[in-house]
Amino acid sequence: MTSLTSSTIPALLKELEHQAADEIAIVFQQKDQDKLLTYAELVRRSAVYCRAFEQAGIASGEPVIIILDHRLELISAFFGAVLHGAVPAIMPFLTEKLSPERYRESLGSLIEITEPSALVTYRDFQDEIDKIELSGSSLRSILYVEDQPASVEWDWTEAAGLNSQPEDIVLLQHSSGTTGLQKGVALSHQAILNQLEAYSSALNLTGMDVIVSWLPLYHDMGLIAGFLLPILLRVKLVLMSPFEWVRAPYRLMRAVSEHGGTLTWLPNFAYNFCTKKIRDRDLEGVDLSTWRAVINCSEPMRWESHEMFLSRFESYGLQASALATCYAMAENVFAVTQGGIEAPLLVDEVRRSSLSGERAARPGSADEDTVKVLSAGPPIANTEIRVIDDEGRPLPERAIGEIALRGDSLLSEYYKRPDLTAKSVSNGWYKTGDLGYMYRGELFITGRAKELIIVGGKNIYPQDLEAIVDEIPGVYPGRAVAFGIFNEAIGTEDVAVVAEHDEDSQAETDLIVRQIRAAIATGSDVTARYIQIVERGWLIKTSSGKNARAANKEKFLLEFGT
Amino acid sequence: MQTEIKEFIQREILKDSGRDIASDEALISSGLIDSFSLVDIALFVEESYGVRIDDAELSTETFDTLAELAALVEQRR
Repeated sequence: MTSLTSSTIPALLKELEHQAADEIAIVFQQKDQDKLLTYAELVRRSAVYCRAFEQAGIASGEPVIIILDHRLELISAFFGAVLHGAVPAIMPFLTEKLSPERYRESLGSLIEITEPSALVTYRDFQDEIDKIELSGSSLRSILYVEDQPASVEWDWTEAAGLNSQPEDIVLLQHSSGTTGLQKGVALSHQAILNQLEAYSSALNLTGMDVIVSWLPLYHDMGLIAGFLLPILLRVKLVLMSPFEWVRAPYRLMRAVSEHGGTLTWLPNFAYNFCTKKIRDRDLEGVDLSTWRAVINCSEPMRWESHEMFLSRFESYGLQASALATCYAMAENVFAVTQGGIEAPLLVDEVRRSSLSGERAARPGSADEDTVKVLSAGPPIANTEIRVIDDEGRPLPERAIGEIALRGDSLLSEYYKRPDLTAKSVSNGWYKTGDLGYMYRGELFITGRAKELIIVGGKNIYPQDLEAIVDEIPGVYPGRAVAFGIFNEAIGTEDVAVVAEHDEDSQAETDLIVRQIRAAIATGSDVTARYIQIVERGWLIKTSSGKNARAANKEKFLLEFGT
Repeated sequence: MQTEIKEFIQREILKDSGRDIASDEALISSGLIDSFSLVDIALFVEESYGVRIDDAELSTETFDTLAELAALVEQRR
């Protein structure tokens, strides 16, 4: 493993190419055969894009948007932008279910806020791009993958990114949906390298580790833990496509077995998914004993999910000690805490009622209704955590409050959104909007202050779904709420929508339900599980007329159950 | 067979037995069945009819409606 002597990512890549030219950086799993990418080849391929940005007249520090599938070109275009000193933002590619109109809208709003100079995509996507109103926009150049040469004569003197300063922004991370795309988390070289240093130490990472990932690169967990961390620290990475994993989850186990994988990050739902959707036949000969940490991260972590995963894969060599957790967010580059590496995960059994009512996690006894809360671990070395009350005062152990953090891997800003930046960061403390408590120096997450819905690790803003529902004829404008309901069986949240409509007939109600379902499916990254039509006046609004999602969720569960 | 597959989708994927699915209704491209449930269909078809649908085939290029799925299974039996 490399110790970090360089202070920018391009300089580190140069160092890696020099020291480890022929070493495998990425085993890129494709349908038919693995593609082995050495550091030299990684740089060679990225140089093609570095040159392309140069020729397109893109200046250092200018954002570029990359819209590519999980293929090799995505990696080359990303690092090409970094080598050139441009600031890449990876946006998910259009999926089958998403309506092109809605996608164009999202892309349009991303372009408006981010003001990118260039966009990298496929020729196939040209028709879509042509339909976006680009006159007057910042975009000067569309680079098509198909137009790029296989290789170029290039040397490091062309890497304008080498002139970057540690505090310069190196990349932007977005979450999905209209709201997420307007909130680009801007990260500096320094913040990322600080994170890698602190996090690798929390993981006891060594050059003997092998990281196996199927996570998408447009998500912080995929981009940092499942991509930059191994590549930049010279730890072998086995990378597969999320598109293929979701259709064949056994591929993860096979890859771990075949390559001696030691570390993998998974969102909670994936524990349930792997447990239930892998045939024994597809696991023949699989050995998972090399896995030293399977790290649950990016959505609420459930003890039950760990238990089912362990009992399903124990006979294939999975060790109980491998179950680990992490609390992470793009705003801190990635990890805030890490649990289950040095010692088995702490499980705190507390009274269920105390989590919502008393605002303090009280230990429960056997005859009470309790819930097992998994520790997210102690903070990593460069990050300080505080649990604070509504006035920002630090709370004692076991008291539930908002989690705030401070450290040297925090975001530089929400890109071109000084309003949002000012709201979230004060005196160096970033308020996460998540709720939790501290116990024995470890963090336990209990909920979210922000009414975010997390489905399969993907952050979904309820207001985006509500805006979609609002457009359905028959739904009273502004009278729809969306929220998430945790589903024990699948280990993640289901999306629920309640909308007001004066029922004229059952047939009409059914039609509206169908329209809402279709509009959410094609207009967002999720599908709605519960759609409830209610009469005018059912929804609770706050005194300011704002949407009271938590109150409406409670009312929905009480009246309709699930 | 189409009815059996339909009932499976209603019961296990949509969790809504009252939701009828027309045989030519788009399942995948409409978002009715999301990507997380595609593997359920493959597992069900294999268990019920002994027909394996390869991972790579779980996309609209292979089937998008009940009729197309049933035809695919029939053809491989």
